[in-house]
Amino acid sequence: MSIDIETAKKIASLARLKIPEAEEQQVATDLSRILEWVGQLDELDVAGVEPLANVNDNTLGWREVDEVTDGNQPEAVLANAPSKTADFFTVPKVVE
Amino acid sequence: MSKITDLTATELKAELDKKNISPVEVTEDYIAAAQRGQEATNAFILTTFDQAREAARQSEARYAAGTARTMDGLPIAMKDLYCTKGIQTTAASRILEGFVPQYESTVSQKLADAGCITLGKANLDEFAMGSGNITSAYGNVISPWSGKDPANAARKLIPGGSSGGTAAAVAGRFAVAGTGTDTGGSIRFPAAITGIVGIKPTYGRCSRYGIIAYASSLDQAGPMTRSVGDAALMLREMAGYDPKDSTSVNTPVPDYMEALGKSVKGLRVGLPREYRLDGMPAETIGVWDKGAQMLRDAGAEVVDISLPHTKYALPTYYIIAPAEASSNLARYDGVRFGQRKEGIDLADMYEKTRGAGFGAEVRRRILMGTYVLSAGYYDAYYRKAQRVRRLIREDFIKAFNVCDVILTPPATSTAFGIGENNNDPIQMYLTDVFTVTLNLAGLPGIVVPMQLCADGLPMGLQLIGKPFDEMTLFTAASALEKEAGFNAVPPFVG
Repeated sequence: MSIDIETAKKIASLARLKIPEAEEQQVATDLSRILEWVGQLDELDVAGVEPLANVNDNTLGWREVDEVTDGNQPEAVLANAPSKTADFFTVPKVVE
Repeated sequence: MSKITDLTATELKAELDKKNISPVEVTEDYIAAAQRGQEATNAFILTTFDQAREAARQSEARYAAGTARTMDGLPIAMKDLYCTKGIQTTAASRILEGFVPQYESTVSQKLADAGCITLGKANLDEFAMGSGNITSAYGNVISPWSGKDPANAARKLIPGGSSGGTAAAVAGRFAVAGTGTDTGGSIRFPAAITGIVGIKPTYGRCSRYGIIAYASSLDQAGPMTRSVGDAALMLREMAGYDPKDSTSVNTPVPDYMEALGKSVKGLRVGLPREYRLDGMPAETIGVWDKGAQMLRDAGAEVVDISLPHTKYALPTYYIIAPAEASSNLARYDGVRFGQRKEGIDLADMYEKTRGAGFGAEVRRRILMGTYVLSAGYYDAYYRKAQRVRRLIREDFIKAFNVCDVILTPPATSTAFGIGENNNDPIQMYLTDVFTVTLNLAGLPGIVVPMQLCADGLPMGLQLIGKPFDEMTLFTAASALEKEAGFNAVPPFVG
């Protein structure tokens, strides 16, 4: 599987990750090589094998009581905000 | 009594209990050692000596009052992947520079509750993605073993990664023990090449709450120490169910100390033939054979086993781990915490923030993960890797029908130099060939130092156990430790 520059840019855009133009070719080359390498898995016939997502087959337990255990700490929540106003995170304008 | 910093955690605790030394003296000695160690190795991203001194005074008061705890007064290194309340936590990434957690990870809290004193936040590969501690935004960690080989004295060696700062501090005797995390070998590989003990417990044994996530179905916390007994002492405190982590398992934590020194007579030790790779240095095979012979001499039965899907473990890992990472690292968007780079609109701000904040290896894994999860490729890559993951796990389940533990090399060779082996990402990925299988299968594994090789550098062996059977691992590991009698110290220690 070969990744061209256009595909690399599309993946970067999906990942919301800016790649400097000068590095685009290198990124495409690296990804192509890694994909080719992981392509070894095609040697295996995995028909009928259930995918394994969680080794311990955990399931979420039920809450014994429905009560508030944490919260109401706006100062702690906002303590590391790069930008804030009153009790809000602020971001660039998203609505014209 | 020997020099304070030469004692293991267990020995140091015994001296503290006998009041031969005080926690304040111990901490001052370790701070002095850590200052020198930091200059030589860059093992810490942040040192927390003031807090350590305060904690030492509190520890001293507990000893005076007769209320000392199980690890009271022991100075440790905390991998900078564990969130520590009020103390900067970076994951070795530029994007988290200045991030001060408002809460404490469960495991670091448990260690503090046991009386441990944290000397600082230990360096690592950025977001724990790496095997050499060469992707940190805060500089490489240099192994305290550098300069050991007189023929190559100027060569700066990797301490292994990702838990390289902790490995350097423990091996260099400027922390008595430390914490690591292991997603594909990040505790065991550095332990193996720095001559210390490291255990990755069974997935679910320790809480992941407050540990910055890399690949959530693989990440586990574990101790890195100077003896098997120290690892047992420390894991006993770190392990346990936590309602804040739904993947932690609600099963009792046995007293691992009771496993130490027990006989291995009749223990069945499996040697997987697939771990005997073509082109592996004869010395690595030699250490392995010697370890098997030691266990045989101690009464164990050595059996040949097969783990047929071993060669597919690394490609499987390099689909699953980046996929989970791309999802976990979506949270670094410049909105709620971490660094932000302004942009002309929201999407531009995200892209610039993440482009500037993440290093090359992290970017590569995010892109790889995004690709294998994207429409049209999900089944061909991600689903397929999850199916192979089951085959890898079934290999181990079958093997454990005929053996109780498995003995393997933890690494193909001794430490390599910084700048060697890392022009090609795949070459670096191959480092984890013997460790990554356990993460995929969720199994516990411990590395025990064995000997110095011809280049003067340490090499260990790995023992793999059944799920939640860390007790048998500790028994076998303590037998191996006793037989090997490894006591070499790196040139940094002198």
